Parts: sequence; structure tokens; C-alpha cells
Amino acid sequence: MFRNVAELVELAKTHNKKISDIMIEQEMEVRNKTREEVFDTMDKNLTVMEEAVERGLKGVKSHSGLTGGDAVLIQNYIASGKSLSGELLLDAVSKAVATNEVNAAMGTICATPTAGSAGVVPGTLFAVQNKLNPTREEKLRFLFTSGAFGFVVANNASISGAAGGCQAEVGSAAGMAAAAITEMAGGTPAQCAEAMAITLKNMLGLVCDPVAGLVEVPCVKRNAMGAANAMVAADMALAGVTSRIPCDEVIDAMYKIGQTMPVALRETAQGGLAATPTGRELEAKIFGFSLDKKS
Amino acid sequence: MKYKSVFDIIGPVMIGPSSSHTAGAARIGKMARELFGREPEWANLSFYGSFAKTYKGHGTDVAMIGGIMDFETDDERIIEAKKIARDRGIRIKIREEEALTDHPNTARIKLGDKDGEMELVGISIGGGKIEIIELNGFELSLTGHHPAILVVHEDRFGAVAAVSTVLARHKMNIGKMDVSRQDVGKMALMTIEVDQHIEDALLTELKALPEVTQVTKITD
Repeated sequence: MFRNVAELVELAKTHNKKISDIMIEQEMEVRNKTREEVFDTMDKNLTVMEEAVERGLKGVKSHSGLTGGDAVLIQNYIASGKSLSGELLLDAVSKAVATNEVNAAMGTICATPTAGSAGVVPGTLFAVQNKLNPTREEKLRFLFTSGAFGFVVANNASISGAAGGCQAEVGSAAGMAAAAITEMAGGTPAQCAEAMAITLKNMLGLVCDPVAGLVEVPCVKRNAMGAANAMVAADMALAGVTSRIPCDEVIDAMYKIGQTMPVALRETAQGGLAATPTGRELEAKIFGFSLDKKS
Repeated sequence: MKYKSVFDIIGPVMIGPSSSHTAGAARIGKMARELFGREPEWANLSFYGSFAKTYKGHGTDVAMIGGIMDFETDDERIIEAKKIARDRGIRIKIREEEALTDHPNTARIKLGDKDGEMELVGISIGGGKIEIIELNGFELSLTGHHPAILVVHEDRFGAVAAVSTVLARHKMNIGKMDVSRQDVGKMALMTIEVDQHIEDALLTELKALPEVTQVTKITD
């Protein structure tokens, strides 16, 4: 069993395998399952992701009315041909938003690694597939590779916003996606780790400050930027750029930052954007109380 | 290693919006239901930390109520759980607690009916994964590193031997085992950490033992 990214990459290198192979084999061993059973479960998760994106791209609205419809706006903008950052990147962004809008509307999603960060991995996968034309198996491998890196973060740091801030949620998701994009595009296991490190470095310190305590503002847009971050970092790693700080040390830094983060900025809706005048106003409106009555 | 499976990371399939506050809450509720063994007539839910501050927006309350009614994390009935509980005649009380707990996402659930009561404390550690840290006043000393089985049983001779015999027959190796009881001859609890994957057949066999009142697997 691999405990950190260095061991994961070493295992893949030594046996001349992909990161996804290492994760698939470990899962078979730990759960005492056949390869087919492990793939079947992942296939069901992939189907849930496909259905969520499809639903989000048609337009949804959350119960609070705070989020919904932005995925459609971005798709329309892409279709206008005027996009500046490129169609593939924006497609990933819109599909990440689509998934997270469905999540905010209490729709069915697959947590990757959490529900609040569920947009990034499928968003990038469904955008990149238009360029790389992966088989179904390659799409499932994308999820296993994401899972391998998420597994390391979850066991050595945290994937919970309440424990480690949004860096632990969308930050982890973006790192996981970056590594998976890199593998799908033909990068080496070491390049996958570089992509993860570069991404997570740029998500460090990200607080979890949901307005009204809802997984909506700013969560949906953070999924968008997590997807963009993952795409750019994957490209950088594929170009040969490396992280000066090794991936495991970045994960460790993320954990320590999370530990020192004030409780107000860890999913309690007591600080950050949640505590802005507008954030408080929205909270009062949604939950039907007047602001001066809330202590 | 608290997370053992890739599906702890890519999954669960669930109703939004929060894996720790919605799916985790549903799982804590479901665990309570399994340990209680039947649908309760009433449930008192106490939320601490981030659970207390944000449960309304995350649907933590409805998810936990859904779990208590045995709903899975992806059961769309979770959204209507309060109404369904009302229709089924389950009385629900929710308290927002101010006390500080070790983990930010902590919940205490008391379930009961005319035949008995049960109380547990669960924490939601992220990504939908949960731990039960207290059961009927028994502190659970689970490391979280291995699959574990909880056996609620009557405090009498032969109970430990009967359970360990079944485990041996299933070729399960016990890594750590705790036996604690409320009082001599009353309810007791075995906490068993094992090295192997826990199959449902094993749980069924344990449940059939005359000394045993409830069995559930907890961190697999």
C-alpha cells in the first residue's frame, strides 16, 4: 500500500505501470475484489457524473436561489466564439460549474473527493475527452488516478473544509484532476505528481467561508477556478515544468495551514465572504430572520 | 490510514450539497438505526461545531433523519425526510449545542421507543466518511486503521467465546478487541478490529448468536 506520492510514483516507475494501475491493484487487494468488480463500481460513479453534468448544462436552480444557470451562460459564451482563455479550458469550467450547481440544488452527484468539490474532476474529464477521445476504460482510469492522489491527501492531510479549509476540498480536487489529466494526455507518473504539486501550491490557504453555510457561494465558482487551475497545471507539467517543493511536502504544508486556520474560516459561515454585509443579508433573507436579532 | 478505498475518495454517490454535512450525516443516522435495530418512535439530534452552525443549509438535519429511516446517501427521499418522518409517526427534536468538541462535525443521536433507548456520538471526518466515537456511554477506542465490528450483547459467560469462534471460522484475525459493560449482567459491548474485509455473511452469523442483540461493521 502506498502512503505518499513519492511511494506511489516509485511503485509506478518500478513496475513500469500507470498511476491508475497502482490504484486499481491496491483496491482489488484491500477490498478483496476482482478487477471487473472494481471497474464496475467506478463505472457507476462515472455514469452519475455524466448525468449530473448533463442536468447542470440544461440549467438548474438551487432552493435558496443563490446559484444555478451559470453553466448555461458559459456554454452560450463559448458558442459565441469570443472566448479569450480558450474553448477547452472554458468547457472544463462550465462543466465543473454544472456539476456543482446540481449539487447545490440537492441533486444526485458523486463526491470527488467531497460534494462541495464534486465539479472539478468530472468537469475537466468531460472537457478533455473532446480533445483526447479516450475509451470508456481510459475515462475510468482518469478517476482511479484522481482517486490515488486524493487517497494520499485524505490520509496525510484532509479533504474536509471544516477540518482544513477549502484548500482541502477544491484544492485537493484540483490537484487530483491535474494529475489525472496529465496521465490521460500521456504524461509520466512523475509528471502527474508535478501537476498535482503545482495545482495544490496555488490553492494553499484557501478558506472555507460559505455564505449562509450553504455549499453555493463561493463554492460553485471555486470549482470553476479549481478546474481552470488543474488544466493549466497539467499543461505546465506536460511541458516539463517541475515544482521546486516536492508534492508530499506541499500536501504537508496544506495540512499545517489547515491546522492553523481559524475556526471562523473553516466552514462555520462565521468569517470571510459569509461575514460580509451582503453575505449576512443573504443569510438573513434565506433563513427568514432579521439581522439585528442574530447575536 | 483512515481512508482505505478509492471509493472513499471517488464517491459516495449522494444527494448534495455536502459530503461531510449531508452524506456523512445520513451515514451517522443510518449507523444509529442499524445499531438500534428497528425504526424508533422518537429521535433527539444534537449538533455541535460546524454541524450546529450550518446544518440548515446543508440539509444535515434531513439527511440524518433520512438515515434514521434507513435511507442511503443517494436516496432522493432525503429531501422530504422531515415530512416522511412525520407521516411515519417519528417525533424528531433538534438541538444546536454550544459545547466545543474534538471534531468540528459532531452529532449525538438518541433513539428510542417503548422497548428501549440508544445513544451514540458520531463524527463526520470528510468525503462522507464517518466514525462512531461513543455508544451508550461507552467510549469506542477504534483506531480507524482497520475494519471493525461492534457487537452489542448481554453480559454473560460464553459471549466472547461464541463471537470469537464465529470469527475464527470465517478466518478473521482479531487485531484488537475491547469488551466493556454498563454493569454486571447488563448490556455489554465488544469492539473488534480485524485485518480482513468484513463480509455480510459473517455479520448475519454473529447476529444469530443467542447472547448477541446487535451487530454492525463500522469503519470498513
